[in-house]
Amino acid sequence: MGKLNIGDKVILSPQGLQQLIKTLWEEGYTVIGPRLGDGAIVYGEVRSIEDLPEGWGDEQEAGRYRLRRRGDKALFGYNLGPDSWKRFLHPPRILLWKAEKTPKGFRITHNGHEAPRYAFLGVRACELHAIRIQDKVFLQGRYKDPIYMSRRANTLIITVNCTEAGRTCFCASMGTGPKAHEGFDISLTEVTGDEHYFLAEVGSERGSEILERIEYRAAARDEVSEAEERVSRAAESMGRSLQTEGLKELLYQNYEHPRWDEVAERCLTCGNCTLVCPTCFCTTVEEVTSLDGGSSERWRVWDSCFSLQFSYIHGGSVRASPKSRYRQWLTHKLATWQDQFGEIGCVGCGRCITWCPVGIDITEEVKAIRENAVKKV
Amino acid sequence: MAMLQESEPLEGTLLPEPFIVSKVRRETRDTFTLEMEPLNGGEKHFTPGQFNMIYVYGVGEVPISISGDPVEPSILKHTVRAVGTVTRAITSVKRGGMLGVRGPFGSGWPLKEAEGYDVVVVAGGLGLAPLRPAILHLLRNRERYGRVAILYGARTPMDMLYKKELERWRARFDIDLDVTVDHATGGWKGNVGVVTTLIPGLKIDVPNTVALVCGPEIMMRFTVRELNKLGIPDERIYISMERNMKCAVGFCGHCQFGPQFICRDGPVFRYDVIRPFFQVREV
Ligand SMILES: Cc1cc2nc3c(=O)[nH]c(=O)nc-3n(C[C@H](O)[C@H](O)[C@H](O)COP(=O)(O)OP(=O)(O)OC[C@H]3O[C@@H](n4cnc5c(N)ncnc54)[C@H](O)[C@@H]3O)c2cc1C
Ligand code: SF4
Ligand code: SF4
Repeated sequence: MGKLNIGDKVILSPQGLQQLIKTLWEEGYTVIGPRLGDGAIVYGEVRSIEDLPEGWGDEQEAGRYRLRRRGDKALFGYNLGPDSWKRFLHPPRILLWKAEKTPKGFRITHNGHEAPRYAFLGVRACELHAIRIQDKVFLQGRYKDPIYMSRRANTLIITVNCTEAGRTCFCASMGTGPKAHEGFDISLTEVTGDEHYFLAEVGSERGSEILERIEYRAAARDEVSEAEERVSRAAESMGRSLQTEGLKELLYQNYEHPRWDEVAERCLTCGNCTLVCPTCFCTTVEEVTSLDGGSSERWRVWDSCFSLQFSYIHGGSVRASPKSRYRQWLTHKLATWQDQFGEIGCVGCGRCITWCPVGIDITEEVKAIRENAVKKV
Repeated sequence: MAMLQESEPLEGTLLPEPFIVSKVRRETRDTFTLEMEPLNGGEKHFTPGQFNMIYVYGVGEVPISISGDPVEPSILKHTVRAVGTVTRAITSVKRGGMLGVRGPFGSGWPLKEAEGYDVVVVAGGLGLAPLRPAILHLLRNRERYGRVAILYGARTPMDMLYKKELERWRARFDIDLDVTVDHATGGWKGNVGVVTTLIPGLKIDVPNTVALVCGPEIMMRFTVRELNKLGIPDERIYISMERNMKCAVGFCGHCQFGPQFICRDGPVFRYDVIRPFFQVREV
């Protein structure tokens, strides 16, 4: 076959996918994809299709997640687990720099970072949007985060479109899924049934170079339409929805809505929602000093706006009440984020709903505020 | 084999530069002014109102306003009150000691925009520190401004910063300096009361006045109210905000105040820009 161009669609067999993974490793990528672990689908190193969660799906509801057997051989038959790709692009803990004590003071001894070369396999459309949103945070402001920048530049992205939506998903109403339209190197749609195949779309030069090195065949028209049909079925089976029209104004005008008090009664301020959210980016720094004081390290670690420490200034926390902390989180995601970065900071992945220990549902909270707003928008 | 590449350098965003403390002056019981010079030479140009992140080896890093003279960029000046772990460590550094500095960050006072206007400076407590570079600029370029009035409130006479300098400013005929204390002690014969009580007595051309305000949030709240009463609109009042800050470059999220990142969009804001959020508790 000839050269593949951006936008070309071809068919891969599961064996083709196996070759794809192998080729990526040979090309120097660390392939990260879905794996079974800890009672959930998590992201980790994938060296062969054997590592993928064949035949596993999940059941999700507010505050509930359970793996289930699907009864087929789908490799990407799950919805989202607690992990997101920010774990790799914006790690939970990373050493910024290291210094050692000198007679005069200190000297920076370590300021280099190894930037791994990742290939992400199985990025969902909403997650791709989440990566784009974090790109804006870390790369498109006045300052660029050197750590994120290097990791991001090295990363190859292979999306897998969703053919089923989860009960807590609402990407369709956020305009972020279930199909990935751009920003990937290769996009796959998995079709199971009599024949198990992947419809692959070329998204970049890098993507075409990789695909050209493995076995694929031309896509028949009905294979393309079957795959597309399955993705649109996912769009119709969203478990939830969020009305985004006028959302910023709604929340700006309802800082004093009684619903904040009500949700604060339930919220444990555990911060789970911020950890699982693929766009939440807040961090703190830790100074780790050796026992003899001879060297000291600065670590950057994920933080959550749900902690009291987060807003502490001399004299007390600015957001002392749980109400103000939940309000900060939701208002940031859906309203202030728009002023900061030009779009909503939520992609509708539903993780915060599933992984909230008490099942607080961002879509329900917005609905409640909308129904009883100070000013209807 | 998976490959690893070197990442982008941290210089300019996340890495502190070494500075040597060249002078320490005690201002009050718990507040010190430090002068520092870059270990490797060079200058730190800044705009009055901006701040630096000051790092103490093995302890941590905190935001501190620059309180030096903007035309003297080879000497970095910071006035620090010891209130906790890091600020205590900063104020314990002796002459010859080393601190790390990242910055300058943030927005400055609107000194260009205020040209041709009367300028009122209202400072509460440590709030005089970030205003000092602005005052030095006003005094040095006195002819560019209309009347200049400085109101400064401290808790007690013992808590006043830059006492010698205040004396010098008071002696000048081309500015009005008024100082007050919440509680008089010792032989204090001046004003007693909060700084806002001085506002009604301002001799300024109200329709042509810009106000620069810095102090505790409660003080700024009442100051804005009094300035409004006098007839100065929110659009000509500037305040400097303080929030927890870890990175100062817009990544850590701690300093958010509604849609604003205080480190990047502030700390100095035109009051009308942040008014809707300033009026809500616990934003
Ligand atoms: C823009 C800006 C300018 C400032 N300018 C000055 C100045 O010129 N002089 C001065 O003395 N102080 C200034 N501060 C306040 C100073 O940053 C805090 O006093 C300092 O962070 C307290 O740290 P600590 O470790 O000593 O106190 P702790 O109480 O031990 O604080 C623990 C942690 O909480 C955070 N924190 C506590 N208080 C504050 C605070 N007020 N602001 C931000 N983070 C805080 C810090 O991250 C600190 O590490 C400024 C703050 C900001 C945001
Ligand atoms: S706020 Fe919730 S639904 Fe939205 S992106 Fe974050 S985790 Fe997903
Ligand atoms: S909303 Fe749920 S997950 Fe988030 S802090 Fe509250 S209890 Fe935890």
